[in-house]
Amino acid sequence: MAEERRQKQCSVVLPTESMKAMAESVGVGQLQEESCTALSEEVSYRIKEITQDALKFMHHGKRRKLTTSDIDNALKLKNVEPLYGFQSQEFIPFRFASGGGRELHFYEEKEVDLSDIINTPLPRVPLDVSLKAHWLSIEGIQPSIPENPPPAPKEQQKAESTEPLKVVKPGQEEDGTIQGKGKEKGPIRLKPRSTHELSVEQQLYYKEITEACVGSCEAKRAEALQSIATDPGLYQMLPRFSTFISEGVRVNVVQNNLALLIYLMRMVKALMDNPTLYLEKYLHELIPAVVTCIVSKQLCLRPDVDNHWALRDFAARLMAQSCKTFSTTTNNIQSRITKTFTKSWLDEKTQWTTRYGCIAGLAELGPDVIKTLILPRLAVEGARIKAVMEGQVISNIDKIGADHVQSLLLKHCASVIAKIRPPPDSVEQYRIDYGYLAPMLCSHVMKARTQAAMQAQQVNRTTLTITQPRPTLSVSQSGLSASTGPRTPSIIKVPSSLTLMSPRPGTPSQPSPPATKYIVVGTSAGAASTQQQVITINSSQSASTVTSTVPSATSTLQPLVKVEPGSGPTLSGSRPMQKYIVVSLPSSNSSMENKSSVIPTPISTTLEPMGKTDRSESPGASTQSPH
Amino acid sequence: MAAVQGSMAEAVEIKDIKTEPPVDAVVNNNTNDGSVLSASPGPGGSVGSTKPATGALEEKQTLLAILQFLKKNQLSESVDILRREAGLPQDLFDLKGADASSGSGGTLGTVEGGGLDANSLLSRVTSSSAAQAPVKAPPAEDQPDVSVVLSAYSQQGDPALYEVYYSGLKKFIETVLDCHRAELSQVFYPLFVHMYLELVYNNHENVAKAFFERFSGDQECYYREDLQVLSGLTKKEHMRGNETLLDFRTSKFVLRISRDSYQLLKRHLQERQNNQIWNIIQEHLYIDIFDGMPRSKSQIDAMSGSLAGEGKREANKAKVYYGLLKEPEIELPLDDEDEEAENEEGKPKKKKPKKDSTGSKSKKQDPNAPSQTRIPLPELKDSDKLDKIMYMKEATKRIRLGRDNLPSICFYSFLNAYQGLTAVDFTDDSSLIAGGFADSSVRVWSVTPKKLRKVKSAADLNLIDKESDDVLERIMDEKTASESKLLYGHSGPVYGISFSPDRNYLLSSSEDGTVRLWSLQTFTCLVGYKGHNYPVWDTQFSPHGYYFVSGGHDRVARLWVTDHYQPLRMFAGHLADITCTRFHPNSNYVATGSSDRTIRLWDVLNGNCVRIFTGHKGPIHALSFSPNGKFLASGATDGRVLLWDIGHGLMIGELKGHTDTVYSLKFSRDGEILASGSMDNTVRLWDAMKAFDDLETDDFTATTGHVHLQDNSQELLLGCYTTKSSPVLHLHFTRRNLLLAAGGYNP
Repeated sequence: MAEERRQKQCSVVLPTESMKAMAESVGVGQLQEESCTALSEEVSYRIKEITQDALKFMHHGKRRKLTTSDIDNALKLKNVEPLYGFQSQEFIPFRFASGGGRELHFYEEKEVDLSDIINTPLPRVPLDVSLKAHWLSIEGIQPSIPENPPPAPKEQQKAESTEPLKVVKPGQEEDGTIQGKGKEKGPIRLKPRSTHELSVEQQLYYKEITEACVGSCEAKRAEALQSIATDPGLYQMLPRFSTFISEGVRVNVVQNNLALLIYLMRMVKALMDNPTLYLEKYLHELIPAVVTCIVSKQLCLRPDVDNHWALRDFAARLMAQSCKTFSTTTNNIQSRITKTFTKSWLDEKTQWTTRYGCIAGLAELGPDVIKTLILPRLAVEGARIKAVMEGQVISNIDKIGADHVQSLLLKHCASVIAKIRPPPDSVEQYRIDYGYLAPMLCSHVMKARTQAAMQAQQVNRTTLTITQPRPTLSVSQSGLSASTGPRTPSIIKVPSSLTLMSPRPGTPSQPSPPATKYIVVGTSAGAASTQQQVITINSSQSASTVTSTVPSATSTLQPLVKVEPGSGPTLSGSRPMQKYIVVSLPSSNSSMENKSSVIPTPISTTLEPMGKTDRSESPGASTQSPH
Repeated sequence: MAAVQGSMAEAVEIKDIKTEPPVDAVVNNNTNDGSVLSASPGPGGSVGSTKPATGALEEKQTLLAILQFLKKNQLSESVDILRREAGLPQDLFDLKGADASSGSGGTLGTVEGGGLDANSLLSRVTSSSAAQAPVKAPPAEDQPDVSVVLSAYSQQGDPALYEVYYSGLKKFIETVLDCHRAELSQVFYPLFVHMYLELVYNNHENVAKAFFERFSGDQECYYREDLQVLSGLTKKEHMRGNETLLDFRTSKFVLRISRDSYQLLKRHLQERQNNQIWNIIQEHLYIDIFDGMPRSKSQIDAMSGSLAGEGKREANKAKVYYGLLKEPEIELPLDDEDEEAENEEGKPKKKKPKKDSTGSKSKKQDPNAPSQTRIPLPELKDSDKLDKIMYMKEATKRIRLGRDNLPSICFYSFLNAYQGLTAVDFTDDSSLIAGGFADSSVRVWSVTPKKLRKVKSAADLNLIDKESDDVLERIMDEKTASESKLLYGHSGPVYGISFSPDRNYLLSSSEDGTVRLWSLQTFTCLVGYKGHNYPVWDTQFSPHGYYFVSGGHDRVARLWVTDHYQPLRMFAGHLADITCTRFHPNSNYVATGSSDRTIRLWDVLNGNCVRIFTGHKGPIHALSFSPNGKFLASGATDGRVLLWDIGHGLMIGELKGHTDTVYSLKFSRDGEILASGSMDNTVRLWDAMKAFDDLETDDFTATTGHVHLQDNSQELLLGCYTTKSSPVLHLHFTRRNLLLAAGGYNP
């Protein structure tokens, strides 16, 4: 600590004005300047003395923060009556006031109406003290369990990949005994082996997780993904996961296995959501896999029926997210990706599916990209769509493709145009600028404008908002038509019961992490009432409705509804927040009753200008392990 | 706010009124020029009448001055007589005695004169000497003495010259040979403090502030906290009732300086006629002179930092019986049982005799062990014997720890404790955990599947068949079985907690000034031990049960036995709060750590302080004896762990690594590993074996007490394990050497 600073702190004396103010407050009017000085010095000294004693209590209370009770105890030591009832909810409870050339800090004591206190519902009873055990170390090695801090913090993983010579074993910190093994020792500089030995437990874990991720049991998959997204100790397995994903995509693209591709993309998302992982090292494997899922010509066996568009959207969003997080001036991910998309989009021979993927990929990168790259090509693209829609029907697939591209363009461009163009929207003017798509674009833009206006109101009014209509993964029955119901491929299924504990090796018999904060977002769609609870993707409309509820029946806590404006639930991973989003549905049997009882707003099956998103945050939700 | 301030001010005023008269009197006697206060005829006259008797002592009037004068004139005999007659403690004037004894003889007349004078001044001398001896009474009681103590500051020179004096000395010390500079630099801090206080006492507030501003930056960084206290003190009125100041005044600051360096300093001061500084050194400093090489800066830094300088060398000379007591002979039933139980295996059979032979060898009576009956210990009950047997059984399964064989650590987190967890303890067999909380409650948990049950009520107990075999089972009330029990009784935060070795009792100490004894059979409070009137920071049961020790804000550690409501021993000597207390494994000694940054070891038998360890730079919050009783580890707020050799009274190691207060220390059951837990959320493991093996305790270091510490903390650190967000408040090795740690989870 700086010497001067300390001395300044020490010689601080209360200003004489405050003495006067205090004197006045107890009815002493004219206090002489001299007495003020004497008083302020005395008071300052006594306050310092008491604070020193209070520090003792803080130390013995094993705390780092001085509390009001410490001061009380210190006063008691001095045989002074403590300040009973002085408890502050805030850090500094003082208010500031000035007037008449004087400045004053005072403690605000509000008058409280007793009936208010009586009438308020009782607060939740605080949880009782409980004892939990976990292994901090097993024979000298710290197990990677959520109870322990991440074994290799991100910085270390980064250092590992950038400066491998300084690598330190986990469990032994930088200043640990390992020192000297590295470069200090002698002239010989060995390039260190980077070992990727996995313990038996880790191998088992890897097997379980990968099997669950691509297996048929949706409940298991959700658990596995949850584990990938939250577990702090995965970095050693990261290379394996990365290879698993890239190989998996390679194989399944060829086999047109849409479901598996979706599972793999969800794994990518989970990996990206894990705050403890340093993914930069593995982007060379992950990005090609993701891009494949965006632009591949064919992703499923029946392109006319299967909703592979949703996968493309989802992967495009992943891509945008990784651009946002990982793009740097050295790796230039964003510009390289943009180039790739643009190039294949500009190619005349590109198929509609790829075309869709390119546009989606570009559009997800943000309004700026849309403005500079997509808008100028609207007319050309419009002409092409027109050729398919109004020309002779070549194939149904082309038509569907063109239809999707059209709605995609409308959806993304409308909001951007609404922002950059001044209000009077005339169809004629649009036609000059955008060609074939103009009429539809015009109406979309107008819709976007009214929506924006409404939104502004809503922001002011309540907490429920969503900024722009965005397609979200996993809503509604197979978007195209309800008639395809029974055959609809179940793309994403999520269990309604959540267990945060993963089958994890090395966990002692006692649980468990003190409540990881998580958000549970339940979705339900109007017509989704088939036996199998399915969430599928609806991207065919410019807006989709996501009505979310709290499905977690286990949590008895009052849901606190909190809104994160600006994105649908599946996008929330892009924000760097420590909350995990689990998309979930009420269990299938009782789903209808549940919904009707829980969902606060009527379910809308039709296109609605605005989606609603509830987020329920249940901070105290217990994370008990099964035993 | 204002009201409180008002009442405080009032209290101060009342004190002032009480203490004013003696101050007047003494001040008048002491000052030559009477510049402080006008002379009051009463006491001044009485002293005046004795003046002629002393004749040559016209200039000095207090007894202190007389003594000083006598010594100056090398009148050692008269000093002795005077001291004897006045009943002054020996050590008080040791330095002066040492000075005087170098000369010899003296004129008889003055001796008699001194004696006569002593009689007349007796009353005052005793009071001043009582105050100068280490404080034993709580501050409130020695208010009158304080003024006497303070009066010593009244002899004053020109305040403006203080800076000149100090900077002159500083210049001198900076120019002496390198080898002496470090040693002489030790003088700076005490000198600085005393000069500052002198200025403050004589109402030269502004000069004092300027003096502080100018020189406080030069002081060693580890005195920062004291300087902070000091800087707040700018008025004479503040000096009354300030404990830190009292500590400084009432105890001499001890410095160890080699003879050469000391001569150098003395010569310099005498040449310069620098009486001001010389007086301070004479009066307030105890200079422990040794022959031989001056110590290096690092050696000095290792030992300094406590409130009152280093421990005197003599203080650590007493013999300490650090060996362990002989284990009682209860091997036989063990063998029988073992053979019965594990006959089939055959393996333990072979092991047993071997182990017994080694066991009996080690019990041949350690020459360093105290005799079995040095202090009376409670007799072993049957249940204790059973427990011992269990202990032996477990011990055979113990994992041998070492550098390549680190213990597993199981961490017990107290969830939802909302920062209120203040103390934790485990039973020796690791079956129970107790936690003390800031909300005055104590909780006991059972860690084993066996639930906690109360004994049935008296009426129900009557109905029990007392002849039945399972009577011990029958007396328990099954209905009350639960995993944890809550004990209410304290009226303030609980700061210390300790299980009795037989697991029947629990002790807790609290801010409310009491230590409470709880029964773990009925889960009720049995006794409240009152004695400390201030917060009791720590308490611990003796490893043999029955005795326990407590220490707190009143600076006195007390030794109690459970069946007396008054303490058996009071260990007084610390200059600030006693923050932690530990029993030696042989129950004959008690170690206490304090906010004055010293550790003292007390003999339970006679209450003497047998060791003073200095070297910590902050209040000590953790102590732990090694299982063989030879070593002590201590941890402080500065995050350092120091290791001490009890037999030689030496510091033998320093473990640096923690970044915050060390709250817990524990040796593994065989003493190979030292675990330390801290506020910085880490558990660190240290190679204690290596630390003790590397030790070279040659005779030289043993006699001079100069330690050479190599900085090998990094080599000794075996592991560092970070918890997510839980400060580590307690550590415990199970009988099989599994490390248990505990702390509250503070997200």
